[in-house]
Amino acid sequence: MKLSPRRRQRIVRAAGYIVFALVILAAAGAADWGRLSEAFLRLDVARSMFPEAITVALRNTIAYTLLAFVFGLTLGLVLALLRLSSVPPYRWFAIAYIELFRGLPALLVLFMVGYGVPLAFPDREIPGGVYGSVTVGLGLTAAAYMAETIRAGIQAVPKGQLEAARTLGMSHTRAMISIVLPQAFRIVIPPLTNEIILLTKDTSLVYVLGVTSTTIELTKFAGDSLNTRVNPTPLVVAGLLYLVITLPLSQVVRGLERRAGRER
Amino acid sequence: MTGVSTIEISDLHKSFGKLEVLRGIDLSVEPGEVVCVIGPSGSGKSTLLRCVNLLEEPTSGSIRVAGVEVTDPDCDIDAVRRGIGMVFQQFNLFGHLTVRENVTIAQRRVLKRSRAEADRIATANLDRVGLTEKAGSYPAQLSGGQQQRVAIARALAMDPQLMLFDEPTSALDPELVGEVLAVMRGLAAEGMTMLVVTHEMAFAREVASRVVFMDGGVIVEQGPPAEVFGHPRQERTREFLHRVLEPARVSESEIGAHLTD
Repeated sequence: MKLSPRRRQRIVRAAGYIVFALVILAAAGAADWGRLSEAFLRLDVARSMFPEAITVALRNTIAYTLLAFVFGLTLGLVLALLRLSSVPPYRWFAIAYIELFRGLPALLVLFMVGYGVPLAFPDREIPGGVYGSVTVGLGLTAAAYMAETIRAGIQAVPKGQLEAARTLGMSHTRAMISIVLPQAFRIVIPPLTNEIILLTKDTSLVYVLGVTSTTIELTKFAGDSLNTRVNPTPLVVAGLLYLVITLPLSQVVRGLERRAGRER
Repeated sequence: MTGVSTIEISDLHKSFGKLEVLRGIDLSVEPGEVVCVIGPSGSGKSTLLRCVNLLEEPTSGSIRVAGVEVTDPDCDIDAVRRGIGMVFQQFNLFGHLTVRENVTIAQRRVLKRSRAEADRIATANLDRVGLTEKAGSYPAQLSGGQQQRVAIARALAMDPQLMLFDEPTSALDPELVGEVLAVMRGLAAEGMTMLVVTHEMAFAREVASRVVFMDGGVIVEQGPPAEVFGHPRQERTREFLHRVLEPARVSESEIGAHLTD
């Protein structure tokens, strides 16, 4: 009997679903759930982490992320403008900076800021203690990535926009501020979301600066709890708390994108 | 300002790399004149227009707008541009701003007008182009013809003494061309000085006080529309007008095709 194309398509699709479900079930069935939940889902261990997990660790993770993001975004914008400057030395500086800090591990930069800056400037220190060092240490790396993102956004704004603004008598600077940059930022919202999510996770490197009980962030906090309770449940708690930051962030950005979509 | 031409171009040359696009242009536009520049693609019409407000830097020659030498390195080009409105083929409305904001932003930032005054002038100019009810819309919500009319209102809100039009109807659906030309015809009737690069021969014939035909980076001939369209003196002008005005009558032998043997 010859199958009609529609019947054949249905059978192939059903077979696909069945294989897919079997693979997932097999993987889940192979794991030893009893031992897993005994290790990772101990409610008493989880409960002992609160409220510090939220009032200190989550709070600090968010604070480090925001501080580094604002610093990185500001420096990234400056670098993007230098990168697009008509003055060659500015361009060269921006290119060198971006290539350098994109090429170095964030951990290494954090180390250098934590230990190099006090050596270089013995009489002064970065204001804000650990918060200041994290802002600069993570922000320097984030700026390199964001500079490239913002540059691409500026270049994605049609040339006619700048021409129209200049034709109305605006200076180059005024046209950038009022016309080009607002449109560029709408374009780079999705990639900037990626940056801030990556940055959220990079705050787990802050431990190299030697954090105290008041400046501790999620990963270090979970690691410490794991050591004292000799049980890995804190890792699950920390993981869920990271999602508490990143999932709403994606939601907010989706809303912003919808709004920007209306205007273009 | 009597006696001073609105635009005075002499011996203008412009090259892009090795390509010489303008090869010695002399042209003047008097106050109140409507000059239409016609010619084939690549003849340098748009480049000529863009040199007038220095969107393109001339390679040599001089351009004076209302007596001010714009090619002088010490010229405050932003100040000169305030007096020159420009309308682009692609409209170039600011996509992140509403129609009203498009028309007020330069008034506020450049002319430093108060919000109330800028709004009043915006409303008056949107009324001139028949779009007051669209003030709260974003450009993407308008048709091409409406966007171009907003672009004209945006330029007019700066009280220019000269308007440049760079193929303002070339990117429009055929049925939307008329509304833009109607606005331009109204402006011409009000006495606005206009330099218009266009492919709309009917508009040039009817509205222009002078028609300039360009080809190969030079002005081939110019004169009143009745003369240029009715009795073109140059062979090149005759050929261009024949192809543009009677495209269905271009014969096979003219283009070297052999379809009916």
